[in-house]
Amino acid sequence: MAMEQCVRLENVGRRFGNTEVLKEITMSVQRSEIFGLLGPSGAGKTTLVKMIAGIDTATSGQVYVLDQKMPKLGMFSKIGYMAQSDALYMELTAQENLQFFASLYGLRGSKMRQRIEAVMDIVGLSSFLKKQVSTYSGGMKRRLSLAIALLHEPEILILDEPTVGIDPVLRQSIWKEFEQLSQSGTAILVTTHVMDEADKCHRLGMIRGGKLIATGTPEALKQETGSETIEQAFLHFGGVQA
Amino acid sequence: MRVRALVIRILKQFFHDKRTLALMIVAPMIILWMMSLVFNGSTYEPKIGTVNVPTELNQKLKDQGAIVTVYDANAAEQALWDEKIDAIIRFDNGAPQVKLEGSDPSKNKMILLLLQKVMQQQNPAAGQAPALNITYLHGSENMASFDNFGPVLIGFFSFFFVFLISGVSFLRERTGGTLERLLASPLRRWEIVIGYVLGYGIFTMFQASLIAWFAIHILGIMMAGSFWYVLLITLLLSMTALTLGTFLSSFANNELQMFQFIPLVVVPQVFFSGLFSLDNVADWLRWLGKIAPLSYGADALRDVMIRGKGWSDIAFNVYVLIGISVAIIIANVFALRKHRKI
Ligand SMILES: Nc1ncnc2c1ncn2[C@@H]1O[C@H](COP(=O)(O)OP(=O)(O)OP(=O)(O)O)[C@@H](O)[C@H]1O
Ligand SMILES: [Mg+2]
Repeated sequence: MAMEQCVRLENVGRRFGNTEVLKEITMSVQRSEIFGLLGPSGAGKTTLVKMIAGIDTATSGQVYVLDQKMPKLGMFSKIGYMAQSDALYMELTAQENLQFFASLYGLRGSKMRQRIEAVMDIVGLSSFLKKQVSTYSGGMKRRLSLAIALLHEPEILILDEPTVGIDPVLRQSIWKEFEQLSQSGTAILVTTHVMDEADKCHRLGMIRGGKLIATGTPEALKQETGSETIEQAFLHFGGVQA
Repeated sequence: MRVRALVIRILKQFFHDKRTLALMIVAPMIILWMMSLVFNGSTYEPKIGTVNVPTELNQKLKDQGAIVTVYDANAAEQALWDEKIDAIIRFDNGAPQVKLEGSDPSKNKMILLLLQKVMQQQNPAAGQAPALNITYLHGSENMASFDNFGPVLIGFFSFFFVFLISGVSFLRERTGGTLERLLASPLRRWEIVIGYVLGYGIFTMFQASLIAWFAIHILGIMMAGSFWYVLLITLLLSMTALTLGTFLSSFANNELQMFQFIPLVVVPQVFFSGLFSLDNVADWLRWLGKIAPLSYGADALRDVMIRGKGWSDIAFNVYVLIGISVAIIIANVFALRKHRKI
């Protein structure tokens, strides 16, 4: 159980036309693990998580989710995906958005109500449930997107920069929730630019120029590079001397 | 279940966007209404030339509001040709002959109506007016303007607005990232397409009934056949618009590019809708008309509304419309492969 692999990538590559965006990525995410993907803008993080979420296909190599080769229809209900940009219906209220996505995942009745309440509580939006999304602030929209990803209690959570635009207090409570989810068995794959978030991940993968240049626990990465902070380790791997 | 969720969401979006809702229902009505005003105008005074007509009858025509001029035979023909008058009434051996200028169907109708009234007064004893011998300089008796193109307009507006709104909203779904989000859920590709068809189908049914009802009962457009057929055809026509709109939206990157399809895809269909005679057009152009959904819809609508025809006469058009919709639905399911392979 301890080492069960929820996500496994084998030599995954992705090219758009002639440009090779990802090269030879091999990595895995275990059950109950929070795996952080770190890398500069344009490194290929979004491209990578999209292939794991099944909405993009690798041009070489294989992506496995729960030992099933992706993309596979049966896997979509086991994955919770939060895209980098908010995918919300602005004309609808938060509740209507949640109801819609909940029913796509087969939730209904009291179970649906209960889940909507729970996820809105996590992201601190309970009192804005009936408001139209177009009146939300940027951070509120982000939080609603996160809430939607959590709705159907997926075994695997894929979150593309989930806490951008969210204030530190709320961010801390959201990370507490991630920790709890992972303890209850969820595998969480999260991309981030925020270094103090990286420290909270159980394991990190550093992507640069489409290559996975390092993986390991935050501690291990710091030791390996002889740095005090993740930021320094990151710069070290990037070839920049701090 | 999942399709139902999609349908409910689309209907809710409509409900929230009241302006679009209003546009799709009120705009066609207003345009139809304006058209009916323009083409059913009643301030017109018929200008009639008479040849060999008893003075008594001349007076009766004037009493009915006509402007009457007495000519000899040749001068009358010339005046008609020069559009100085709209009709010639001539008595040959006591039998009335009517020759209409004919290019404006609404004028034709009014003159014939007026003549019938006058003839009836002439011979009240006969009970029925003597049959008029009617000939046309231009056009023919089949024309009747608003009645004539009203059915086409009903079809056109259903098509136009559904095409635009469904295309733009599907485009938004793609550019706004929600399509990607849908594809990250267990929704199947065909469920997305069918969800859209049903969601808009329900709305369209509502829109089509209102427009048809408005045209028939408020504007009093000619309606010889069954209202249900009109509804069926309008609905099917909207289906083709909906599927075509969502399909073409995948070739547009923003709303503006979606609008560019209007002159390319929507407007040319009007040429094939029966408003204009296609007798003299090139073969390739006629062939283009054969793939225009509006040409089938308009044809069927006129058959029902003007000619009062039944199922056997519209069946072919109905099947073609269904066929077009199904074909584009399948194309849509395949087009979504671009975003998710399964
Ligand atoms: N559809 C596409 N077509 C062509 N190139 C693409 C496409 N999608 C992404 N790319 C390219 O792939 C590279 C990686 O993009 P990606 O979005 O994965 O970066 P990222 O690491 O998520 O960056 P950020 O931190 O800014 O979100 C970029 O150079 C981008 O231009
Ligand atoms: Mg990204």
